[in-house]
Amino acid sequence: MTEPLIYEMGSPGRTAASLPALDVPESSLPQDMLRGDLPLPEVSEVEVVRHFTRLSQMNHAVDTGFYPLGSCTMKYNPKVNDRAVNLPGFANLHPYQDEMTVQGALLLMYELQQFLGEISGLPAVSLQPAAGAHGEFTGMLIIRAYHLSRGDKKRTRVIIPDSAHGTNPATSAMGGYEVVEVKSDARGNVDLAALRALADDTTVGIMLTNPNTLGLFDEHVREVCQIIHDCGGLVYGDGANLNAIMGIVRPGDLGFDVLHMNLHKTFSVPHGGGGPGSGPVCVSKALADFLPDPVVGRTIEGFYTWVRPTKTIGRVKSFHGQFAAMVRAYVYIRMLGAAGLREAAENAVLNANYLMAHLKDVYDLPYDRTCKHEFVLSGSRQTAYGVRTLDIAKRLIDFGIHPPTVYFPLIVPEALMIEPTETEPKETLDDFIAVMRQIAREAEQNPDLLHSAPHHTPVGRLDEVRAAREPILRWTGKGNTSSSGS
Amino acid sequence: MSFVPNTPADREQMLQAIGAHSTDDLFLDVPADVRYPHLELPDPISEAEILAELESLNAHNVDASTYACFLGAGAYRHFIPSVVGHLIGRGEFYTAYTPYQAEISQGTLQSIFEYQSMICALTGMDVANASHYDGATALAEAAIMAHNATRGRSKVIVSPAVHPEYRQVLRTYTQGLDFAIVGDGDVTRGWGDLLKMIDRDTACVIAQNPDFFGRIHDLRPVADAAHAAGALFIVSVNPISLGLLKPPGEYGADIVTGEGQSLGWPLDFGGPYLGIFACREQYVRRMPGRLVGQTVDNRGQRGFVLTLQTREQHIRREKATSNICTNEGLVALAACVYLAAMGKNGLRKVAELCYHKAHYAATEIAAIPGYSLPYGSSPFFNEFVVHCPVAPDRVNDALRRQKIIGGYALGRAYPQLKDCLLFCVTEMNSRYQIERLTAALRDAAA
Repeated sequence: MTEPLIYEMGSPGRTAASLPALDVPESSLPQDMLRGDLPLPEVSEVEVVRHFTRLSQMNHAVDTGFYPLGSCTMKYNPKVNDRAVNLPGFANLHPYQDEMTVQGALLLMYELQQFLGEISGLPAVSLQPAAGAHGEFTGMLIIRAYHLSRGDKKRTRVIIPDSAHGTNPATSAMGGYEVVEVKSDARGNVDLAALRALADDTTVGIMLTNPNTLGLFDEHVREVCQIIHDCGGLVYGDGANLNAIMGIVRPGDLGFDVLHMNLHKTFSVPHGGGGPGSGPVCVSKALADFLPDPVVGRTIEGFYTWVRPTKTIGRVKSFHGQFAAMVRAYVYIRMLGAAGLREAAENAVLNANYLMAHLKDVYDLPYDRTCKHEFVLSGSRQTAYGVRTLDIAKRLIDFGIHPPTVYFPLIVPEALMIEPTETEPKETLDDFIAVMRQIAREAEQNPDLLHSAPHHTPVGRLDEVRAAREPILRWTGKGNTSSSGS
Repeated sequence: MSFVPNTPADREQMLQAIGAHSTDDLFLDVPADVRYPHLELPDPISEAEILAELESLNAHNVDASTYACFLGAGAYRHFIPSVVGHLIGRGEFYTAYTPYQAEISQGTLQSIFEYQSMICALTGMDVANASHYDGATALAEAAIMAHNATRGRSKVIVSPAVHPEYRQVLRTYTQGLDFAIVGDGDVTRGWGDLLKMIDRDTACVIAQNPDFFGRIHDLRPVADAAHAAGALFIVSVNPISLGLLKPPGEYGADIVTGEGQSLGWPLDFGGPYLGIFACREQYVRRMPGRLVGQTVDNRGQRGFVLTLQTREQHIRREKATSNICTNEGLVALAACVYLAAMGKNGLRKVAELCYHKAHYAATEIAAIPGYSLPYGSSPFFNEFVVHCPVAPDRVNDALRRQKIIGGYALGRAYPQLKDCLLFCVTEMNSRYQIERLTAALRDAAA
């Protein structure tokens, strides 16, 4: 059962707009600059509400069920956060208001800078970046500015492990750098010998995710940092997986120089169907002057004010960052406190290890050691029955479970990357274990059941090749009806 | 409160199952000397306490729900129909993530497809992406896209009347890429001067329309000059104005970007906002960001998927068109619901209300002794520059005492306009508010 496009609903003259009458004299319009027809929908309010409500019901979400999407930290989003964001003294603040009229908002931002600096062990913080990848880019520009400020111009290469998220190499390229890949060793760590061979005076630094995308804490993380520092490079930390270690260890204490955090992963900001996120960047004292302009400062009189760092890389976004996400993260940290943050990390890791222990006999586990907040299985064993990881993922949907991240990281064939988070009760985990074990049996005994999955969704498997070969990227009034005319 | 449902008894069972004595056993790979740091954070508090605290923080803010607001400059206060908050607040939308699994994400995918369609309609472009971070970052990535689409040309000509922060972000973004960004050094420079800078190394020419000062331009000659040199023409827009004004697609734009916050999203102290990004079809494979496309499923039904992903970082890594991953999905959904609710006639009406009220306010202000409109002869949309008889900061102080949030002090970004304020009027400003503003301005000059 599919839903018509909003353009296929309503009729000419209908609207859901209720606007005040004009209460001033009309002025003449610039006739030669006016547009002709504006092809927008014409629908009533009830049609709008039913259309988007029905669309929402076609989504799986954290609020509707288990969502173990690896590296995305799909934890529960506390509802108090939304109440906080909608307070009129936050929602109706204009970003260019005079500082003295926004002291409450600036205090919140200042405190959040302090909190994130404390949690990361990297005391200087910018809240400006809009998402994780945006934070990465900000971090790389800071590292670039640092090297240039020392007159060190020959550094052109960023080292990135083969397990890294695709944003890392893409970010380095946007910074104008060349990417060199370092391989992982048999235990899933950065291969130290390979790293030593790569590190030299052209090394900008390394972009390191720890725990990495295998869900493993690098057993030589300090040596990795040392090797990079010894060649004059800096260590960038991708904080996508911070949920595993907050309150357990501070990246700054391990030797990281720069770290971005994802407020929409670790700090309970909802993911919004693909954003808005928020990607604050924390740096060591030595790099504080390079942060984006502006940060929030506090005078000795207790007045909060915008401050321009002296060697700033500049502004990475208009205005001040994702303020609504900051409010949510602030509320979350205040409600958890230090003990709660550690408890969250411990339970995220416990939940992941519990799942791993119950699944590793029926699926391949390429790196068999204690994981952190996530672990990566391989569907390789199941390929013998003609079943691929994609089929396992689609069969999970039949049980009301969102599939894990699949085919990533790239170093594991047929990868299934599973991150349960700390906010799932044991019963949900037990249910997932039972379903995954059942699917492993089905793969052997009835593979067609997996090939034809999912069976109960509004649409079945979609033809992605056709979508890319003959792109239809908007409604045109023609060519938008399906081949069966539904 | 850590929102962890498992009790100590649950945890005990789970630890036994994995053969661990305590959760400490799970962190033995973390160097012992830095394990379990003491964190200097406030003690945890309850839901009731945090709400009370935030309400008191709110009391330290002055906001546009209790003051009359005439401040715009890139962030706008428009009416948000109740259906917008109601629908985007559904957990099925806001607690989902990137629609990688299309069969259980049709709600997100179809609404993005509808959003893309609406942005194409507004801008006159062929393709719009699923969103960018904001108007500034969208513009910066458009310039990088033009650089790639012109085989590495490195000169970017940008009008000084483009939002100052957008120009700052453009410079930040391109600092590793050896770009020459020119044209915006002097606010008195007009298009005649800028067009002379176009040469064979020019990747793009960037305009904002209406510009930062609210003026509306006929930019066809700029488009023609850019195209004659093989450069792209990029226009940054305020989408509300497109309810009334010609879309950039009609006057030759190749890429259209803009700040979409005004489409159904609150001021939120500057974010999250919505980056609009649209272009002509010939450039689609160079476009950054996610795209949703229509296809069919194995039952012959219409459905929607993420498509043309070979442009993106998770496939192409360092060769991707951008590193963007998470974008502004929920804000794009709000824009989609807003545009559906407003529709063809509603958006036009909002734009007309803004236009007429701003012109009424400008005329009334110009009639106050001491105030004038330096750009008074140019057509404008809903923002206008006012030259003040006393320092703009003093004017704004006087307005604040009358419970009015005043204009943007242009001296912040344009030294030559240090005596000027940029005012914004929307459908949210009643005639009574405009009269209060003019009375307060009269008093401030005295």
